[in-house]
Amino acid sequence: MLIAVGSLTAMGVTLGGLLGIAARLLAVEENPVEEELKAMLPGSNCGQCGFVGCAMAAQALAKGEAPVTLCPPGGKSVAEALAKKLGVTADLSDHEEKGPEYAIIEEDLCIGCTRCIKECSVDAILGASKQMHTIITDSCHGCAKCFKVCPTDAIKMCQVPVTLSSWHWPKPDVGQMH
Amino acid sequence: MSTVYPSKTAPFAYSANSVQKTMTTVLWALAPATVFNLYLFGWPAILLFAVTVGACAAAEASCIALSGRPATSTLGDGSAVLTGWLLAMSLPPWAPWWIGVLGAIFAIYLAKHAYGGLGQNAFNPAMVARVALLVSFPVVMTTWIVPHPLFSANAPSLADAFAITFGSKPLDAMSSASVLGFVKTELSRGIPVSQSITQVPNLMDMAMGYRAGSMGETSALLILAGGLFLMARGIITWHIPVSVIGSLFLMGTVFNLVNPARFTDGTIQVMSGATFLGAFFIATDYVTSPVSKKGQLVFGIGCGVFTWIIRTFAGYPEGMAFAVLLMNSLTPIIDQYTRPRGFGRTSKGEPLPLKVKS
Amino acid sequence: MKLFPIRGGVHPEYRKELCSEKAIVALPMPELLYIPLQQHIGAPAEALVREGDLVKKGQMVARGQGAVSAPHHAPTSGRIKAVTQVLAIHPSGLTQLTIVIEPDGKDEWADLPAPIADPFTAKPQAIKDRVAQSGIVGMGGAAFPSAVKLNLGIQLKIDLLLINGAECEPYLTCDDRVMRERADEVIDGARIMAHALGAPKVIIAIEENKPQAIEIMTKAAASQPNVEVVGVPVQYPMGAERQLTQAITGLETPSRKLTADLGVVVHNVATARAVQQAVRYGRPLVSRVVTVSGGAIREPKNVDVPIGTPVAKVVEFCGGFTSEPARLVNGGPMMGAPLVSLDVPVVKGTSGILALTAEEVKERPTSPCIRCGVCITVCPCGLSPVEMAPHIRKDHLDVAAKLGVMDCFSCGSCSWVCPSHIPLVHYFNYAKGMLAEQDREQKKIDRTKDLAEAHAIRIEKAEEAKKAAMAAKQAEMAAKQAALAAQNQGASAADDKANA
Repeated sequence: MLIAVGSLTAMGVTLGGLLGIAARLLAVEENPVEEELKAMLPGSNCGQCGFVGCAMAAQALAKGEAPVTLCPPGGKSVAEALAKKLGVTADLSDHEEKGPEYAIIEEDLCIGCTRCIKECSVDAILGASKQMHTIITDSCHGCAKCFKVCPTDAIKMCQVPVTLSSWHWPKPDVGQMH
Repeated sequence: MSTVYPSKTAPFAYSANSVQKTMTTVLWALAPATVFNLYLFGWPAILLFAVTVGACAAAEASCIALSGRPATSTLGDGSAVLTGWLLAMSLPPWAPWWIGVLGAIFAIYLAKHAYGGLGQNAFNPAMVARVALLVSFPVVMTTWIVPHPLFSANAPSLADAFAITFGSKPLDAMSSASVLGFVKTELSRGIPVSQSITQVPNLMDMAMGYRAGSMGETSALLILAGGLFLMARGIITWHIPVSVIGSLFLMGTVFNLVNPARFTDGTIQVMSGATFLGAFFIATDYVTSPVSKKGQLVFGIGCGVFTWIIRTFAGYPEGMAFAVLLMNSLTPIIDQYTRPRGFGRTSKGEPLPLKVKS
Repeated sequence: MKLFPIRGGVHPEYRKELCSEKAIVALPMPELLYIPLQQHIGAPAEALVREGDLVKKGQMVARGQGAVSAPHHAPTSGRIKAVTQVLAIHPSGLTQLTIVIEPDGKDEWADLPAPIADPFTAKPQAIKDRVAQSGIVGMGGAAFPSAVKLNLGIQLKIDLLLINGAECEPYLTCDDRVMRERADEVIDGARIMAHALGAPKVIIAIEENKPQAIEIMTKAAASQPNVEVVGVPVQYPMGAERQLTQAITGLETPSRKLTADLGVVVHNVATARAVQQAVRYGRPLVSRVVTVSGGAIREPKNVDVPIGTPVAKVVEFCGGFTSEPARLVNGGPMMGAPLVSLDVPVVKGTSGILALTAEEVKERPTSPCIRCGVCITVCPCGLSPVEMAPHIRKDHLDVAAKLGVMDCFSCGSCSWVCPSHIPLVHYFNYAKGMLAEQDREQKKIDRTKDLAEAHAIRIEKAEEAKKAAMAAKQAEMAAKQAALAAQNQGASAADDKANA
């Protein structure tokens, strides 16, 4: 009986020790995840996530201090990519509310001050001082920085409309099956 | 006409398939063998059968009520009744009532609803219950009786039957071993298979059912007929039955040729025990067997080989239940490796190469 | 001829007897016609007309935009009532820009392009141009611009033009009737298309449940040595392009490639007939045969409908409903789209309008999956619906993509056969749509990143230019000062000398 106990204990200690050594020697080096998270974000530093720029948001995500749904302009695809990288599940249930947006300038209200042009980090606004400004819709990704600085509230944020080519079937609702 | 926002896509036509139809067809396939065996083993068997099936139905109803769903949802489709029926077929016909009830609890609560209900269980519920009972109550579960046909001279009357099933009348005096059990016991006594095999009932008797065993073990021919009926109806395909029976037969024949003193031959292997019931009704259970045809072949071969190994080398004379459970645990990995080849793709999943045209 | 088996597939109740013996009847012109600008795959057409314009029958009212597009023509003479948003014949319930025409009752043809006298000596490009300007799109339902498909003969060597007369969907008989009543036109059109493609052989595949069509087409093709009429087994989805190609040639189209890469181009019988009308008479595509059928239709018929006719008018022409239909379908019951309303126009790809009763549909509430695996047995694409559907339900769309959901062409076999009535095809349509949306979103983000980077570089360059300008100016100032100082020194030295 003593021999049995003794031999099993010895085996346990030896194997456990080997595992511990292996954990040190054969450990996989972690890549700096922050850089990869930053690469996934749009990079326009709009601030809608509440952090100063995409680099700070990446830092917070890496530390686990921010939810993966923090980037509205990024939409579902960014949220899912971040979730995958961080190994968490993205709760997309309230992502449906906002939907992608884009900005338009109401020409009647525009005074040509160029403040929005200076704010836009993707150069989507055309115009010059004292001349009409207009937004290139294709380039606009809805970060709303221009919307915040317009002194005459000439900029409106609109929902990107669903067209025949962008519509798709919603998920079927089968009720509670299990 | 008002605008009706569509809530579903095509198709807007369906086949006549339904879960309820499938379950009912299986019950019809089992009916001839069941009725014959209930006749063979008399009133105690009928009582035990009723208790087992009733207990399964009650267990299912209670689970559904607990989860707040209407009672007709999965009770109505007959899956619990089928589980109870198969369980009853694998019990000793004169076992006491509490075996049936405990079996129902194991099968329905533990093996089915604890996993998530219909379609979610990893292991065959009837087999889980049988194995749990076998391991917990080995004496009761291996007390086999020779047939006492219903209206024959020495058949127990209804009153006697109540005493047997609900009372505590000991059965040792009337018990008898099944073929495989007999062979194994003789082997352990040093008597070679080739000798003990001459003392067992002949093949025709085994096929027709006039021998000791559970209800599912006797009357192999009626079970076979039921199985063929299921295949004709398209409920099951040939893959699992043929691979189970085939591999069992092959193992038996080959090893019998090598050493007839130690190993029973293929025909005995196939005709005895719960082979036919297992091959046609138990291993073919949709939920716990692989979904692809290739996978089903692998599954069937595994069941056959494991059954043979357990019957030959392990401590239990009948190995089908254990073999099925072992293969159930391998079903997910079998599924993963036997996915069909996609159209236009190689079996690795890459697009087919385009042949350069001359 | 030797045929090859196709994988999977099902045998639904066909119920073609409801109108397979009904000859094509022309619909009387309705009060208004609605021509949507997007009736095809590709970029929407651009309206050429305005409110108040007068048009003649066959006049182009919308011009194709870009490489993959199609023009549209007025189905009759009349006045443009409006160019406005109208409910589209699409399950989304969205509207689209539509040209509304008020017929004047005269049905006068415009000046049509001259018939191509001998198409078989004409340049293939001339035929393709004629097909393109006639607005012909795939009339089997997919509505892919036919001229673009004919252009495949330029890059690839096409050995076979396969004319699809399978019509494997239940209820639909429009192709059957076109083959029976317009056989010569179909064969002529097929030969013209083969010439445009440079294909030496034409095979017309017809499912064996249409014996009269096979007989009539065989007779019509008897004089043409390179045209063969072949009966194919009745099996859904035999009419799918890749499946039909496999049945006839035994070749499996590699994933993400076209049948043209195997040397086979597939076109519908009605498309062939439309090409014949365009090439021989200069007539653009302005009408099509539609099967109106189903248990809830009083008089099922095959109707020759002008493009743009409201579905309500077509149903009225067929006696209306006998009872409230359980399902209204645009197309066939296996792959058709649900109709949001009867106030939508018939377009070039509308092959059928079905009003189905509850007994015909046999719908039941969904119950749990019992892992029977029949969905795997019937899938013609070799996929595992039983595995993909739970992943999609849990939003593991990347896992579903790895399992091959993008290969699914939504034939509906799996949903049809499922004993638990799980909406498998609905899951896959959702997954395909979501994956496409995520792909679009990702592309947008990549573009935004590029723009943000370009912006950052521009600002940086501007800063540097500023700094450089400042530095240059400072250097200039310093040089000026130094020169001034030197001058002053020189002057004072001169002064000193003078004073000394």
